[in-house]
Amino acid sequence: MKTELSEQVLLKGLAENDSKIIEIIYKNNFPSIQSFILNNNGSYDDAKDIFQESMIALYEKAQTDSFVLTCKINTYLYSICRRLWLKRLQQIGKYSNQLDNLEETISVEDDLVIHNKRDADFKIMEHALSSLGEPCRSLLEGFYIKKMDMQQLSESFGYTNSDNAKTQKYKCLMRLKKLFFAQYNIGE
Amino acid sequence: MDDILLLQTIERYIHNKMDAEERAFFEQHRKNVPEVDQLVVEHTMFLNQLEDFSANKNLKRTLNDVHSKLLDEACISEGSNSSSNAKVIFFWNKYKKVTAIAAVVGGAIAFMISGLVAYFAPQNQQYLSQLGAKVEQQERKITALKNEIKTSKIPENVVIKSGGSAFLIDGNGYLVTNAHVVEDATFAVISNSDGREYNAKIKFKDVKRDLAILKIEDEDYSPVKNLPYSFRKNNLDLGEEVYTLGYPNFPRNEVVYNIGYLSGETGYNGDSLSFQIQMNANHGNSGGPVLNKNGEVVGVLSTKQLKADGVTFAIKSKNIYKLIDEIKNTDQDIRIKINYNNSLKGDNRVHQIKNVKDFVYMVKAYTK
Repeated sequence: MKTELSEQVLLKGLAENDSKIIEIIYKNNFPSIQSFILNNNGSYDDAKDIFQESMIALYEKAQTDSFVLTCKINTYLYSICRRLWLKRLQQIGKYSNQLDNLEETISVEDDLVIHNKRDADFKIMEHALSSLGEPCRSLLEGFYIKKMDMQQLSESFGYTNSDNAKTQKYKCLMRLKKLFFAQYNIGE
Repeated sequence: MDDILLLQTIERYIHNKMDAEERAFFEQHRKNVPEVDQLVVEHTMFLNQLEDFSANKNLKRTLNDVHSKLLDEACISEGSNSSSNAKVIFFWNKYKKVTAIAAVVGGAIAFMISGLVAYFAPQNQQYLSQLGAKVEQQERKITALKNEIKTSKIPENVVIKSGGSAFLIDGNGYLVTNAHVVEDATFAVISNSDGREYNAKIKFKDVKRDLAILKIEDEDYSPVKNLPYSFRKNNLDLGEEVYTLGYPNFPRNEVVYNIGYLSGETGYNGDSLSFQIQMNANHGNSGGPVLNKNGEVVGVLSTKQLKADGVTFAIKSKNIYKLIDEIKNTDQDIRIKINYNNSLKGDNRVHQIKNVKDFVYMVKAYTK
């Protein structure tokens, strides 16, 4: 019962991007994933990449309201990493059927489909942002990613007052939206 | 302007910042005008996307920070750590004698081989030109720029011995450059493209690898929290596009961008410390970073072949890691932490350059 409770706390912390909690999950899980990747034709960089992607997938899952994790965190992360790494090996043509499988896994196909869709959406947003040009890009990044307020923004971008910055921000946002939806297929 | 007003209203609606009366009015309006309704749906979805996108970005940053922190605290490792000491000692006791004999034999063979290698090794110097700025040739220009220099941080009555480019590897003020850029100087004044100057000291020099470490020692310098580029440990593939930033117009303070591709996996005459790139570089480019399209530093630009056009060589970035490991073992005072996080991946080139160029400096080395 006690472990179940602490798993819930960990997941909640992850969903809130709490760096202390993330550190705990990282410390408990990274070494085993790393040795899994290293034992299966991977490098240290691959291990870092794959593990972090699995953390992102878990984060996305933890964000949904109806979220219930039917297994332990370590089983979930291991299952995701195993799937991701198999896929990566297939892509570079090193696929082998005898991938070590020492731990139990659960089916994560559905979660990965959602994760890949989100990843594709992020790429579109990234692309839209980078084709936006300056100062729009930095302005929007400052507001939405770095969470600066209008006062800080107008100071660092040299607007005379925060109303001006606000108007500029809306103009930029409208352009970003246009760029985004030009790529994004709503039908999907 | 009307569009903006409408968007503002919609955002207030989405974020629940309307009072009951206004809300009721707006909802009625939404029912009456399908375009407005459509816009509300669209904008809600878009803002959610943007929100998710920034959450994802911030999570990635946290993950990278946690990774470097745990590496620092040795909670996780990236190789090089031996875990089971007991076993090692056991084996050592068991095989002591064998090891001693093997060491003697190995030593003798190593001596012979290194003798042979030294004897047959090609002498590169006459075919290669180091890309450090040749100061003698520049003397005239320096006189012309005398007024500028007078106001600079270079002490009077010293002779600038050599120069080139350098770039930060640790936001606390550690830079890397070529050993031949600093020659036997002990001090340097470095300046970036804004013309800001800092005093620096040459901390470490490795002539064999042709690398040197500089440390900014200046009150005006404020440490950089996050460098935008990371450092690659693996080798590149043939044909990969690379670019560099440097100061080929030494001593003019103008950072110059240059592009090329990896044309050989080894350096001059098969030198495995470096690799070959097809790029037109000049004196003064030496010590500048070579980056790939993801904004990872893959090398340090160093030499060019004299009798061929555009054949340039760069020292592989993994040598920086090796050098820093060596420094860690020999000199406890210097604590360098190579930047792990890369914020340039996926950015377009212009944006990458804008972010990188502030951390590429021009070096003027001198001895007191």
